[in-house]
Amino acid sequence: MNQEADLRLTVHRRWAGADGVVLLDLRDPAGAELPRWSPGAHVDLMLPGGLTRQYSLCGEPAQRHAWRLGVLREPAGRGGSAYVHDHLPQGATVEVRGPRNHFALVPAARYLFLAGGIGITPILAMTSAAARAGADWELHYGGRSRASMAFLDELGAAGDRISLYPQDEVGLIDLDRLLATPRPDTAVYCCGPEPLLAAVERRCAGWPPGSLHVERFTPRDVGPPVRTGSFEVTLAASGRTLTVPPDRSILDVVEAAGVSVLSSCQEGTCGTCETAVLAGEVDHRDSLLTPDERAANDTIFLCVSRAACPRLVLDL
Amino acid sequence: MTTPTDLPATLPSLPDDPFDAGVLTDPYPFHRRLRDAGPLALLPRHNLHAMGRFDEVKAALGDWATFVSGRGAGLADFARDKPWRPPSLLLEADPPAHTAVRSAMNGVLAPREIRALRAGFTQVAEEIAQHLVERGAFDAVRDLAEVYPLRVFPDAVGLPATGRENLLPYGSLAFNAFGPDNELRRAALASAAPVQDWILASCQRDALAPGGFGARIWAAADRGDITHEQAPMLVRSLLSAGVDTTVHGLANTMYALASHPGQWELLHEQPRLAAFAFDEALRWESPVQTFFRTTARDAPVAGAVIPAGSKVLLFLGSANRDPRRWGADADQFDVRRRAAGHVAFGMGIHQCVGQPLARLEAELVLAALARRVRRVELAGTPVPRLNNTLKGWASVPVRVEPA
Repeated sequence: MNQEADLRLTVHRRWAGADGVVLLDLRDPAGAELPRWSPGAHVDLMLPGGLTRQYSLCGEPAQRHAWRLGVLREPAGRGGSAYVHDHLPQGATVEVRGPRNHFALVPAARYLFLAGGIGITPILAMTSAAARAGADWELHYGGRSRASMAFLDELGAAGDRISLYPQDEVGLIDLDRLLATPRPDTAVYCCGPEPLLAAVERRCAGWPPGSLHVERFTPRDVGPPVRTGSFEVTLAASGRTLTVPPDRSILDVVEAAGVSVLSSCQEGTCGTCETAVLAGEVDHRDSLLTPDERAANDTIFLCVSRAACPRLVLDL
Repeated sequence: MTTPTDLPATLPSLPDDPFDAGVLTDPYPFHRRLRDAGPLALLPRHNLHAMGRFDEVKAALGDWATFVSGRGAGLADFARDKPWRPPSLLLEADPPAHTAVRSAMNGVLAPREIRALRAGFTQVAEEIAQHLVERGAFDAVRDLAEVYPLRVFPDAVGLPATGRENLLPYGSLAFNAFGPDNELRRAALASAAPVQDWILASCQRDALAPGGFGARIWAAADRGDITHEQAPMLVRSLLSAGVDTTVHGLANTMYALASHPGQWELLHEQPRLAAFAFDEALRWESPVQTFFRTTARDAPVAGAVIPAGSKVLLFLGSANRDPRRWGADADQFDVRRRAAGHVAFGMGIHQCVGQPLARLEAELVLAALARRVRRVELAGTPVPRLNNTLKGWASVPVRVEPA
């Protein structure tokens, strides 16, 4: 298995890939080789303010000195794509972690690739790999308009294996036709917006299990803690105050002090260790609370969440 | 001495059928032999790999990419065998498809939603506890464990008032169906049709009262978080996994406490231990005893390799009594034990999404009883209820002494 690497790379070149899409060519500043990757892999860009964003590698794996990313500006996003568009000029340095592949190409005699919008990025390298492997493949690629669709020039070379669906010209990809008949020899790969993924999943329900591969979204990424040092928790029932060092959880410290707390998953997903917060501001690091619930600051999951202030008062 | 890891190690093999009535009634001697045989063993009776030790069971539950659920959480391999019903979108699915669905269900069962139920659930718990204490003697299964969850859970989902008697048979069916083609499974499937019809009808938008978990699942579909085709399937997940499990968990807790009167006394002195007593009972006698996974690739376990495409049986109930994890007194029921980290709810991405709801129900009704009852004891011989997956009781007669 590849070890994940933490790298500081330079934006060697950047250019517009389509309306709203910027392409980045990232390289090691000293020209060193980059870790190997396989089609479908992505990397994390570690952006300022604790933002971590995943982007698929969309170049050629054989090119060992450069990684190419395609980034769509998402005005409704949380700022990652805007940062890439506005603050990563040619020559800028960016921290990159990876690569990692949750969307690997499985061996198959035939591939049906379905891409919507920026979802073309992981698919692009897959089409080359399928061609090299001598597999039968076709790509159906949709977007709002021709101008919004990246990589049209590169894809032109593959000729009739590729069907383009600029929505304003020809409408949506005809999934009913493409997926009508389950084919045991075919692996279906789909990446794109949720409605496309959902529509493809529905139509693949009758396909053999494992036929469909989709890349959707990644688990919640919480970034580094708000406070890097220790903080205190006061337990309201006893009035005791405990210090939580950076390397221990509140749950751990509270239990070590002899106070029983129910817990289970210890990773912020099950909800068992929920405790009421009587005072203080919480650095919520669980996967359960909604933005409103976070803002209310009245509850905390002791196994993963921490303080965003010097002292929390807990209903314990 | 080292064993070359590229050669298949000789795995211990046990001739037992873990779904045999004897093992289902009292699984613990078999669990001990399984754990002592090694971290990984073969059960040739059903052509299975099996794990009974805590560390390996927990690791397998956590490694969803190797030990996949999409080929079925029961003995059937969906790559080969036709599922008895359309597979669960939660339990019998893998990322990435599982991720969006699970995320939507986390929202439906969000902490705020569970908290909002506390007041109403408390009232019913107090009412039932008061009634039982006045009776003095009752059946902890038929009069308590099967009563309380069925008073509060169907309303929380927003189910129709008629037909709720189908809920327990459906859960029993779903959990029996994970097992092999034995008498239990055949009998369950033979009587499944009318129960399934009611369940299916109750999962539709029109059948579900506004404000309940069912309606919230449909609202998630309207928002586009999940599809409208997925919505009834996810309501079905609530109904499959949300009732029988809680009933068994409560019954097992009452059995544990009634057969350990000293433990009840601790609970009576400190009713806030109710949530901990339930947690310890889940560890000590886990309602869901087993789940299956399938290896998506060759899976190295403790120096051996499970070949890709193998069915693997994980013994949650055995892991929860593994002395390697819980100490020499692992078989003891002790409400003061730190039971946190047990795998009775599973672990990892498939860990029970309704866990906070189950814990809320149990905590409230046990605390209501603990405050009113000084002493509890068995008043007859408990009768086990056999199921291919669930461990529990058909009857636990008890006598209580009011405080």
